[in-house]
Amino acid sequence: MNIHEYQAKELFEKFGVATPKGVAVSSAQDFEAALNKINTSAGIMVKSQIHAGGRGKGTFTNGFKGGVKFSPTKEKAIENAKAMLGNTLVTAQTGPEGRKVQTLYFTEAANLGKRPDGRDDEYYLAILLDRATSCPVIVASTEGGMEIEHVAHHAPEKIFKVQIDPAVGIQAYQARQIAFALGFSGELFKQCVALVTKLYQFYWDKDCAMVEVNPLLVTQEGKLLALDAKVSFDDNALFRHPDIVALRDLNEEDHKEIEASKFGLSYIALDGNIACLVNGAGLAMSTMDIIQHFGGSPANFLDVGGGASKEQVTAAFKIILGDNNVKGIMVNIFGGIMDCNVIATGIVEAVKETGLKLPLVVRLEGNNVEAGKATLANSGLTIVSGDTMADAAQKIVKFVNQK
Amino acid sequence: MSILVHEKTRVLVQGITGDFGGRHARLSIDYGSQIVAGVTPGKGGQVFEHNGVKVPIFNTVAEAAKQTGATVSAIFVPPPFAADAILECFDADLDLAVAITEGIPVRDMVRAKRAMQGRRTRLIGPNCPGVVTPGRGDKSHGGCRIGIAPGYIHKRGKVGVVSRSGTLTYEAVWQLTCKGHGQSTCVGIGGDPVNGTSHLDVIKLFNEDPETEAIIMIGEIGGSAEVEAARWIKANCKKPVAGFIAGATAPAGRRMGHAGAVIGGAEDTAEAKIKIFQECGISVAATPSDMADALLRVWRG
Repeated sequence: MNIHEYQAKELFEKFGVATPKGVAVSSAQDFEAALNKINTSAGIMVKSQIHAGGRGKGTFTNGFKGGVKFSPTKEKAIENAKAMLGNTLVTAQTGPEGRKVQTLYFTEAANLGKRPDGRDDEYYLAILLDRATSCPVIVASTEGGMEIEHVAHHAPEKIFKVQIDPAVGIQAYQARQIAFALGFSGELFKQCVALVTKLYQFYWDKDCAMVEVNPLLVTQEGKLLALDAKVSFDDNALFRHPDIVALRDLNEEDHKEIEASKFGLSYIALDGNIACLVNGAGLAMSTMDIIQHFGGSPANFLDVGGGASKEQVTAAFKIILGDNNVKGIMVNIFGGIMDCNVIATGIVEAVKETGLKLPLVVRLEGNNVEAGKATLANSGLTIVSGDTMADAAQKIVKFVNQK
Repeated sequence: MSILVHEKTRVLVQGITGDFGGRHARLSIDYGSQIVAGVTPGKGGQVFEHNGVKVPIFNTVAEAAKQTGATVSAIFVPPPFAADAILECFDADLDLAVAITEGIPVRDMVRAKRAMQGRRTRLIGPNCPGVVTPGRGDKSHGGCRIGIAPGYIHKRGKVGVVSRSGTLTYEAVWQLTCKGHGQSTCVGIGGDPVNGTSHLDVIKLFNEDPETEAIIMIGEIGGSAEVEAARWIKANCKKPVAGFIAGATAPAGRRMGHAGAVIGGAEDTAEAKIKIFQECGISVAATPSDMADALLRVWRG
């Protein structure tokens, strides 16, 4: 689960991680009052709150450029805010349809410190799971304010990693290693040690999947601040964090994915035209692959889990049919333990209930498969049977490409 | 011999009194596996009964192991309590803990995996279909089935199968069985980013197992475990290996059901993994329908 920057910074503050002071607003009426709550003497940053990245370089569909704007005065901040709020922001990560901005975040603009070479004094800091070691890893770099992938590619020696032993958690020497690696001394060194330690505590206590601060910066006044904050949480751990669940913004999620999750379905929309309905994540992924292998284009990933009840299949068909690009459906079920005939009966009923008109190819395998195939064949519906995954994929691709 | 478990392996089931654990305990008993104990805290002294087989239930894993000689646990405990169940197996010095549970928090698994270091217990999973060593009876009856795989699709034989995905494992097993080729042991290592046993760990066991003559390794996008295994195979493995990687069409950054299947770095795309498989002499299946055939291209059976 992802949260907004302003929510992440509120959590940072609770854990003692310093950020520029800010106020979130979701109505133009509140702009004035919000700006009065912060110190605007050095100017204000007006920041669009959407989950996608690349906001600063994004463009609104009304033509306004930039989803993050420095505003020297309150008046300018209100002007910028009016151009952003309620409008749709398109960034490199949102796709062409963009994302409607429903909340803005006003923050006190920081006086960026400068390095001797004249560059902004910005750093990078992240905490995530290192899959190779199954331990949390803190990633830090002196090259903040740009994409870390870029740094990893061009200057890998400037990325510093510290692996945390989950048995004992972060140790003081490890926070010091990072502060030294980033080149801090004196007061800033102390601030960095404290910030890294607290950020790790947040990551661990709240079951974060990833915490990323980019940039972490030093102000002219000598303060170390988390200027941006990207935080995501482990969905499996949300049951023990009701406070985090409360931060979920359904506006930022695909409504079809939300609908699917109510029926225990795992659904992800793609941009092809052949929908698939499969049991098991690995089989679902490879069903998408085999459709593409035979010249088709998958419209989605849809995993019905271990079962495939009539209710689930009906719900799945409804979700699939909500996508106007879909021109055909491939069902691929390996009914290892479930009776294939039960699954086939569910499919037939779901087709009748949804009034499905699109070509449907069903590949059933497993327990009582002959009875299941007979049920499909005798249903009076035009359901085509596929003997293997390859056979089914070729058939559905042929149907769709004929149209 | 098989790997990890064999026909006589004595198995306990944690969570046997739940719907999920109970259902699969019954299926394992039907398959002829030695389900000798159940563990549900607070229900010690009760008996789980199925088709005339009486399985005593204990409060703790240690007690169950001591009283029944069980050396392996199948864990069907719900996610919030699953890591605790795993740790209890380590403490009881079992040979093997197989965690079927899906949805365990990553932090819990990070801690459990750390606690596993220096213990004698091997962990398989979590979020996995389990382990099957097929029996020699009709429809492979009499084997050791731990987890949720359909038993009847198997056939005892010479191919070792290792996979992260349940249904893809069944797919490969069924293809082999239909073509007359049996399996030594089939291991589902699970789809989570933190798991107890890697592809490579299982490949090493297959390589040492005299009964296993050939191997199918099924992987997916995300992480570097398949790549690590492939490089080891190239350098050390004496047996023919076929491979398949799922997720060629998965968009970057999206989680495709398996928490582990998220593309991040350069070497964890399907394309990159397939290329490395080929460089390492692994016969790559172009589609999941082709897994058994890909093996038969490099192994006569």
